[in-house]
Amino acid sequence: MNTNVEKEPFQNNKHPYISMIIIISGIALLILSVFLSINLGATNQSAQIVWDALFHFDKENSSHVIIRELRLPRAIAAIFVGAALAISGAIMQGMTRNPLASPSIMGVTAGSSFLIAIALAVVPSVTYLGLMMFSFVGAGLGAALVFGITAMAKGGMTTVKLALTGSAITSLLSSLSTAIGIKFNVSKDISYWYAGGVSSVQPQHIMFALPFIIAGIILALVLSRSISVLSLGEEIARGLGQRTGVIRFLGTIAVLLLTGAAVSIAGMIGFVGLVIPHITRFIVGVDYRWIIPCSAVLGGLLLIVADMIGRMINAPFETPVGAITAIIGVPFFLYLARKEGRGL
Amino acid sequence: MQKFLSTNEKKYKSLLITLFILIIVSILISINAGYIKIPLSEVIATLLGNGTPSNELTIFDFRLPRIFMALLVGMGIAISGAILQGISQNPLADPGILGINAGAGFAIVLYMFFFQGTAFFTGWLSIFIMPLAALCGAFLAAFLIYTLSWKNGRVTPTRLLLVGIGINAAFGAGLIIFQMKMEPINFMKAIIWLSGTIWGTNWTFVWTLLLWLVVLIPIAIYKSRVLDVLKLGESIAIAVGANIEKERRFLLFISVALAGACVSVGGGITFLGLIAPHIARRLVGARHAKVLPLTALLGALLLLLADTLGRVIFAPMELPVGIVVSILGAPYFIYLLLKSV
Repeated sequence: MNTNVEKEPFQNNKHPYISMIIIISGIALLILSVFLSINLGATNQSAQIVWDALFHFDKENSSHVIIRELRLPRAIAAIFVGAALAISGAIMQGMTRNPLASPSIMGVTAGSSFLIAIALAVVPSVTYLGLMMFSFVGAGLGAALVFGITAMAKGGMTTVKLALTGSAITSLLSSLSTAIGIKFNVSKDISYWYAGGVSSVQPQHIMFALPFIIAGIILALVLSRSISVLSLGEEIARGLGQRTGVIRFLGTIAVLLLTGAAVSIAGMIGFVGLVIPHITRFIVGVDYRWIIPCSAVLGGLLLIVADMIGRMINAPFETPVGAITAIIGVPFFLYLARKEGRGL
Repeated sequence: MQKFLSTNEKKYKSLLITLFILIIVSILISINAGYIKIPLSEVIATLLGNGTPSNELTIFDFRLPRIFMALLVGMGIAISGAILQGISQNPLADPGILGINAGAGFAIVLYMFFFQGTAFFTGWLSIFIMPLAALCGAFLAAFLIYTLSWKNGRVTPTRLLLVGIGINAAFGAGLIIFQMKMEPINFMKAIIWLSGTIWGTNWTFVWTLLLWLVVLIPIAIYKSRVLDVLKLGESIAIAVGANIEKERRFLLFISVALAGACVSVGGGITFLGLIAPHIARRLVGARHAKVLPLTALLGALLLLLADTLGRVIFAPMELPVGIVVSILGAPYFIYLLLKSV
């Protein structure tokens, strides 16, 4: 009886087996793309060597070292960054009921580039890992500013207001970092740090960021049920006895963990967090218990494929993966904009 | 009633005069300030024609063209912003936020990428190639924004704004792709251009832009009553008998022509088009016939001050004026967001 009442809000949900199919086939495709991604590069490796490098690792074999130290970390980073961005987009959209909410328009990258600029200017000898930490904190700063300001505004979080605050904060923080960059002559370092995407990821960088991402994913999964309720609206959620303030706070923590880690690994990658949750919602319905895991799988898939496209499109040069996701994402954003933000 | 109107008129006139004096004072400060400091007495002597040759060179060939450029660009961008806010019925619209700057910037980066900046200073006409490219980019962006916001025979303000943000992101992505492939020197040039810097500092550009503004700004002021009506909202505008879509398209064209020309010599300056009209509205109310001239003066004053600040603050290095405007303007913009419902 009790369970019936709980399921009531999700009545127009699609059958869970669709979600199961997505998760299972998605994971299968992910494994396949990891192999493809490892295979693809300046020197193509045969499937046999890839297999051996993964399961019968030989330190003396240079192909094995390339695969273990360069290609595998890159593939894994792409998957986790994609998953993290997609989940944080899903949480933001669910909590704010705002279809345009996503990490890229929330000032996350501008915040991180601001702190990176400060770090490069003040401590020129800063290590890559140190930069990642600065980037992590900066991403949190940017998102907290945009989120906080929009929440304080009169009339609440409207679609347009969120987008405009995001662009104002982005403009302010990136102007400050350009100013720092020009003053201390580090602007090129900043740009190169961002354009890298997942191409130069090393195992220890993943080791640094992975705990945050996993913590964020677990928190998101724990919250998923409450987020479904919250996505029905503040009043309904309160009426159902939810402590919305606590959920919003925890949700924001999850978003900060996920986007902070993702940006610190891969820099500027837009639109994954915007597009994937919409596609997922279209396929699996409105229940965030399914939306969040499915978004994770699809987000990882999108980013690893985008990374491969970026490597192939103009080989041997790499096209920044952020540009590839933007090419996919902008038409989608325009489609949403034409609906004037309705459709959540 | 008559008396009330006349005191308002007086107040308005004294505002204009105050602003005019402030602009003159800032011009004098700006001539004086910079890497080479020229004392005021020598400035005046040089302006009157009794200066040393080196002072004459600094003032007439470097400082004055730049100062006039800053004034004109500020004027154009401010008016363009005021028009955009009128037609989108949104006090937060700005050519920078709408992606018009990004469109111009994309065209500039493409030009720098494919021609490696070779055609910069050869021949007399070729100096116009780069601004022309920027202008084309600005119009392309505006065209895309307008057509993509078109749905069921009309364009609603919210859609215009959101589509603008999307177009902005699209051009931004295009910028990344080409920028990463550029030579380091061109890359820096592009970064500085995109941050907004008044680079077209010779008299040819000043006269060209002046001509452009002398044509467009009076048209904008002539149309100020249409802007007043549009701002009242769609249904009222229709009831009053305005052909909304046609007027909107025409005004959008004027606004983009102004912004595009200014951006082509001033780079991607944001927030000026937002702040200047807003301050003007605070001072004289909502009627565009009064707001527009005041906006123009305010925009000129603000940009000149920002440019001078950017020139002085890290001297001998220069901070792009767009960055100064953004750092000062963004907090104000956020303050507006917090207050608007």
